[in-house]
Amino acid sequence: MSARFVAPILTGLFMLALWEGLVRAMAIPPYVLPGPILVAKTLVSDWGTLWPALVVTLSITLQALLAAVLVGVLLALLFSLSRWIEFSLFPYAIILQVTPIVAIAPLIIAWVDDVNVSLLICAWLVAFFPILSNTVLGLRSVDRNLLDLFELYGASRWRVLVDLRLPAALPYFLGGLRISGGLALIGAVVAEFVAGSGGRESGLAYRILESGYQLKIPRMFAALVLISLAGIAIYLLLSLLSHLLLRRWHESALAEE
Amino acid sequence: MQLVGIRDVSKVFANGIQALGSASLDIAAGEFLSVLGPSGCGKSTLLRLIAGLAEPTAGTIAWPQGRPDLGFVFQEPTLMPWATALGNVALPLKLRGVARSEREARAAEALAGVGLRGFERSYPRELSGGMKMRVSIARALVTAPKLLLMDEPFAALDEITRRRLNTDLLELWQRTHFTAVFVTHSVFESVFLSQRIVVMSARPGRVRSELAIEAPYPRSEAFGTSADYAALCRLTSAQLSEAMAT
Ligand SMILES: Nc1ncnc2c1ncn2[C@@H]1O[C@H](COP(=O)(O)OP(=O)(O)OP(=O)(O)O)[C@@H](O)[C@H]1O
Ligand SMILES: [Mg+2]
Repeated sequence: MSARFVAPILTGLFMLALWEGLVRAMAIPPYVLPGPILVAKTLVSDWGTLWPALVVTLSITLQALLAAVLVGVLLALLFSLSRWIEFSLFPYAIILQVTPIVAIAPLIIAWVDDVNVSLLICAWLVAFFPILSNTVLGLRSVDRNLLDLFELYGASRWRVLVDLRLPAALPYFLGGLRISGGLALIGAVVAEFVAGSGGRESGLAYRILESGYQLKIPRMFAALVLISLAGIAIYLLLSLLSHLLLRRWHESALAEE
Repeated sequence: MQLVGIRDVSKVFANGIQALGSASLDIAAGEFLSVLGPSGCGKSTLLRLIAGLAEPTAGTIAWPQGRPDLGFVFQEPTLMPWATALGNVALPLKLRGVARSEREARAAEALAGVGLRGFERSYPRELSGGMKMRVSIARALVTAPKLLLMDEPFAALDEITRRRLNTDLLELWQRTHFTAVFVTHSVFESVFLSQRIVVMSARPGRVRSELAIEAPYPRSEAFGTSADYAALCRLTSAQLSEAMAT
C-alpha cells in the first residue's frame, strides 16, 4: 500500500537530484535551464506575481468545469429523453470536440469582447465533451431487468430517471468529470496563450509568455510547476469526490482486503 | 378458482424469432406451479407476458377476477447496487407512494422473512449470491402479492444454498398463500416444489404435457430422498425428453 506513495516520491526525488547535479556539473546557465533549487527559490521570491496569476487561471478553469457539468449533464438528459434530439445534436458535439482548440480560440477571442469570457468559452469547449458522452452512456447503461421492475410497479418516467437512470449514470459521469477537470485547465491555459495579453488580470500562461520575452527562465519554470501542481490537485480532488460518492457501492471503489 | 387463463398465446419478436407458438395454460389461485422446459423455449417470454411486461402477438391472457398484485423474481438478483438491502426491498413500496417510515418497517419485516435480519444496511456488493437472491425474493414479496412469478431464481446458486432456499420458499408459500409460478429447467427442483408441472416443448414453445405432484406439504428432506420422489422425477424427465424430441 505505502509502496504506491513511496515509489513515485523516490523516483521524483531521484530525477530532481539528477537534474540539479547535471545543471551544476555542466555549469548550464539559468537562462537555458535552471536547476530545481533555483526554480523553488524563484517560486518563493516571485510568489507575489505568480499567486494572483494562479488564482486567475484556476478561477477560469473552475468556472469552465462548472459550465461543462451543467451543459454536459443537461444535454445528456435531453438526449436520453429523445433519440431525435440526440441524432440532431450529437454529431455537432463531436465536431466541437475534434476541432483543435488552438484553431478556434483566435476566432472566439476576436468575436467576444470580454477576454475573460472568451477564455471561459474556450476552456468550456474542451471540457464538456467527456462529461456529455460519459453521462449519455451512463444513462443508457441501465439493467434491462431493473427497468422492467420499475415498469411492473408503475413507475413514472420521472421516478425512473431519479431512482434508476441517474444513480446508474453516476460512476460514468464521475469518470468523465475527472477527465474534464484536467481538460478545463489545459483549455484555459491554451486560450490564455492564444490571447497573448491577459485581460484585466493575467493568468499563468501569460506569465510564462512574459517571462519568456524577458528571459526570466526560472520564473517560467516556476509558473510551469504551478500549472502542473494545479492539474494534479484538480485530479486528486475529483478522484476524492468520486471515491466518497461511490465507495459504499461501486465495484471501482472496492477496497482490497 | 381460476386466476389467469392463457389461450393460444404466441409471441414473435421484431427480429422474426417466434418464442411462443400457441401456448395455453390455466393457473389456479393459490397453486404452486412449475414451468419446465429446455433453454430458449420461451419460458421467460411467457412469464413476461403474464406480468404484462410484453404483449402477445396473438392469443389472449384473461384474468377472471381482475389482475392481482404481482411480484417478479428475475433469473439474476437484479438489485440496485447503490441502494442498501433495505432500500432495494422498499423500492416497490416507494414507487407506490408508501411513506418512508412505513415502507422501511415493511421492508425490514420482509428481509427478516427471508432470514436476512441484521443485513438491512448492507449493500449488494457486500452480500453473497444466495443472500442477494433472498433480497430479490423479499423485494418481490414486500407488496404481499397474490401472484409470484419466478424466473429460474436459483439457477445460478450452488446446490446447498438452492436446497435451503427451496425449503424456505415452500414454507413462505404455505404461510402466505400466494400463487406461485416457478420457471425452471431442473426436473428435481420442479418435482420437489410444485403441485403441478407443465412441460414445454422446444421453441416455438407450447405446453406439451402436465403432471400433478400429489405429495403433501410440508415437504422435507425426507421427501427429497423418497422412492416416490425418484419415481416422479423419472416420469417428469421422460416427459421432458419427449417434449424436446417433438
Ligand atoms: N427481446 C427479444 N428479442 C428477440 N428475441 C428474443 C427476445 N427475448 C427472447 N428472445 C428469443 O426468444 C426465445 C425464447 O427466449 P426466452 O428467454 O423466453 O427463453 P427461456 O425459455 O427463458 O430460455 P432460458 O431457459 O435459457 O432462460 C429465444 O430464442 C430468444 O433468443
Ligand atoms: Mg429464461
